[in-house]
Amino acid sequence: MGKRRGLEVSLAISEAVKLSRPDVIAAYPITPQTHIVEELAQMVADGELDSEFIMVESEHSAMSACCGASATGARAFTATASQGLALMHEVLFIASGLRLPIVMAVANRALSAPLSIWGDQSDIMAERDAGWIQVFAETGQDAFDLTIQSFRWAEDPRVLLPAIVNIDGFTLTHVIEPLEVESQEDIDSFLPPYDPPIRLDPEKPVSIGPVGFPEIYTEIKKQQNEALLGAYPVIVEVWEEFEKAFGRKYSPVEEFMTEDARIIICLAGAISGTARIAVEQMRSEGKKVGLLRIRLWRPFPFEDVRKALCKAEAVSVIDRALSFGGPGGPIFSEIRSALFPLDEKPSVLGFIAGLGGRDVTIENFREIVEETEQVLDGGEEFEYKMIGVRGD
Amino acid sequence: MAEKKTDFIPRILPLRELFAEGHRACQGCGEAIALRLLLKASGPDTIICSATGCTEIISSPYPQTAWRVPWIHVAFENAAAVASGVEAAIKTMRKKGRYHDRKINVIAIAGDGGTADIGLQALSGALERFHDFTYVCTDNEAYMNTGIQRSSATPYGASTTTSPSGRQSIGQSTQKKNVPLIAAAHEIPYVATCTPSYPFDLLDKARKAFETEGPCYLHVLTPCPTGWRFPSHLTIEYGRLAVQTGVFPLFEVIDGRFNINHSIEKRKPVIEYLKGQGRFRHLKEKEIEEIQRRVDEHCEKLMRLVKATS
Amino acid sequence: MENKGWKEYPIAATIFEPGSSTNQNTGSWRNEVPERHPEACNKCGLCWTFCPEAALFLNEEGYYEVDLDHCKGCGICAHECPRGAITMVKEGE
Repeated sequence: MGKRRGLEVSLAISEAVKLSRPDVIAAYPITPQTHIVEELAQMVADGELDSEFIMVESEHSAMSACCGASATGARAFTATASQGLALMHEVLFIASGLRLPIVMAVANRALSAPLSIWGDQSDIMAERDAGWIQVFAETGQDAFDLTIQSFRWAEDPRVLLPAIVNIDGFTLTHVIEPLEVESQEDIDSFLPPYDPPIRLDPEKPVSIGPVGFPEIYTEIKKQQNEALLGAYPVIVEVWEEFEKAFGRKYSPVEEFMTEDARIIICLAGAISGTARIAVEQMRSEGKKVGLLRIRLWRPFPFEDVRKALCKAEAVSVIDRALSFGGPGGPIFSEIRSALFPLDEKPSVLGFIAGLGGRDVTIENFREIVEETEQVLDGGEEFEYKMIGVRGD
Repeated sequence: MAEKKTDFIPRILPLRELFAEGHRACQGCGEAIALRLLLKASGPDTIICSATGCTEIISSPYPQTAWRVPWIHVAFENAAAVASGVEAAIKTMRKKGRYHDRKINVIAIAGDGGTADIGLQALSGALERFHDFTYVCTDNEAYMNTGIQRSSATPYGASTTTSPSGRQSIGQSTQKKNVPLIAAAHEIPYVATCTPSYPFDLLDKARKAFETEGPCYLHVLTPCPTGWRFPSHLTIEYGRLAVQTGVFPLFEVIDGRFNINHSIEKRKPVIEYLKGQGRFRHLKEKEIEEIQRRVDEHCEKLMRLVKATS
Repeated sequence: MENKGWKEYPIAATIFEPGSSTNQNTGSWRNEVPERHPEACNKCGLCWTFCPEAALFLNEEGYYEVDLDHCKGCGICAHECPRGAITMVKEGE
C-alpha cells in the first residue's frame, strides 16, 4: 500500500510523474512550476527516473518536443505556468488536433501585464478551447492522484487526447501536505505502458499532420470533439478503478453541504479549502450555504453541475480569472450556460476574486454570500462583481 | 524496376523513390529535387520532421502524401524541437527495448523562413543540446509558399512581395543572413552547404551528415522558378551559376575546420547569375557592383576561414 | 475529394498509405512534353537525377522513359541533358 509522507505538492507531482514512468520530459522553468521540473531533473540525474529530459530553450519547444516524442510512441510529460502556457498556445491546439496523449501539469499563475508570478487561473482559462482534458486539483493528494490518472485517460484508445492537471500556483504548489505516495508496483498495475495505435516507425510509414482542406477539416474536428466528450465516461471509469485499487474516491464535481443549500458557492481549485471552512462557519450561524467544487473542467460535467445546483436559489460562482469586457469569469459563464436549459434554475451570480495571488479569505466568502443574499432579497442585481478591489 | 548496371547514376544512387511523384510542387521546383536526393541518401530508416512551408504543403495534401518514410508536421517554427522530441523518444525507447535497435535518421526539414527567421530559436536549442539528428534547410530565399514574401535569407537587391522594388526601393535592402556560419558557431560536428545542381556533392554531404553522430546542419540552395521568376527549365542552371559566381559557395565545416568543395578562387562575374532572374531585373549597375563587392568579400573571408581553421 | 462521414476518417487525418500522391495525375499540368531521342542518349541518368517529379524511369534497355501521368513539363531534363537526347515539344504535336 502507499506510504504516508509529508511532501511539498510540487515534489508530490514529480513523484507521481516518476511513478508513471514517462519516456520523455521536455520542460522549461517558470515560477511557480520550477520545483516540479527541478525535482524531475534530479531524479534523472540520480538514475531514479529512466527518462530523456530535454532541457528545451522555450515552452513552445517544450510542447513541440513532447509532440515529436509522443508521435514516436513515447510517454511524454511537461509542466508550465502563465507566460509559458501562453507561449505554447498554438502547439496546444496542434497536440490535441494530432491526438497525442501528452500530460502536462500547469501551476496556475496570473498572466502579464503587469508581471505577476502569483497564482490565479487566467493562464488556463485562456486555453479552454485547446481541446485538452482538464482537471483542477484541490489538495496535494489530488495533484498526485490526478497526475497519474491523467496518463490513463489520455492514452485510453477511446480517447487519445492530451491532458492537463491544474494546480494553484503557490497556494497549492508550494505547500507541504501529507499524502499517500503509492508504490511503483501498485502504480504499474494501474498504469500499463503506453501502447500507441500509431507511431512514427520506418517499418510502417505514416504521415502525421497533413493539410486538411475545407472538405474534411470539419469532420476531423467533429472526431476530436466527440473524443473529448467521450472522455467523460472513461474518466469516471478510471476513477472507479482507482478507488478499487487505492481506496480514494474521485468524481467530476465535489459537493459539500449542498443538499438543502439556498446558496451554493461554486469554484475550482485550492481556494475551496478556505471555502469549506467559511461554509461550515456560516452553516453554524444558520445560513443554508453549500459548496460545489469543479474538479473536471474539460469535458465539462453538464449533468453533474445541473444535478448539484438545480435545487438552490442562487449559485455564487467565484472565478480567479476575468474575461475583459465580457461576461465576467469563465466558470461563471459556463455554469450559467449549463443551467440555462433548466425550467427551474437558480440565479447565477459571478464574483471575481483572488487575481494575481491575492488571498481569498473567509471574510471574502462571507461577503460573497451576503451580496448574494441581498440580490435574492430583492436588492440590485448585477452581472458580476470584483471582490476586494480597493476604491470601488 | 530494371537495374541495368550499364547505367552510371543508378550505380551510385538507389533507384527507389522515397519522395513520391504526384506531389504538388511547381514545375521545376528545386526543393523537390533536393528532397528526392536527400531521401536517396538517407534511405528508408528515416523519420522526417517538417516545418510548415513549401515542402510540407506540396507533399501532404490529405488524403495523399508524397512521403514513403514516416513524416510529421507540427508547426512552422519548431521542426528542430519536434526532431529533438523524436530523437529523445527513440533514444530512450531503444534502451528500454521498445523501438528498433538500429540507427534511424531523424531529419528536420524547414525552409529559409522556418530556419533563419521564426525557426532560429528552436534550431539553436537543438544544436546546443547536441541531439543526434540532421537539420536540413531548403533555402529558396523567401516565404515562397505564401506568395514570395521576404525572409532574412532573401539576398540583397531581390524583389519580393514584402520587399518589392519600387521607385524608392531596390528590393531587399539587407544582406542574406548567414545561417551555415550560425550553425557552425554552435560547434557541431558537421555543417555543409549544397545544392541539387551538384547532386553528387549533395549526396556525399547528406550521407556524411546522416552518418555523423550528433547534430549536423545542411543548407541546401533550392532555386525557385516561381519566386525567382525564371523559366522552369533553368532551376539546375541557376543553382550551378550561384556556385560558379561565388554567390553560394559549396563548403563544409567538419569539427570546426572549413573546407571549400568547389573552388571559388576563379569566379564567374555575379551578373551571370543575376541576369534572367525576374527578381533582380530592376537592379542598376550600382547595385550589381555592390553585390559583386559583397560576394568577393564573402569569398575572401571564406578562404581565410579555411586557412585559419586548417 | 472523398466525402466520407466523420467516423470514417483516420484519427487526426493521419495518412496511412505511403506515397499515395502517386495517384494524382500531375501530368495534366504541363504544356510541353519531353521528346526522347534514344540514339543520342548515353544513359548517363542526369535527366532522372534532376527530375523534380521522379517522372523518369529506367526501362528494360536502360534508357529513361517519361511517366506521362506525373511529368509536369518543366523542361529541366531537356536543358540538362549533355547530349541533347531530350527536347521539349508542345503537347499534342
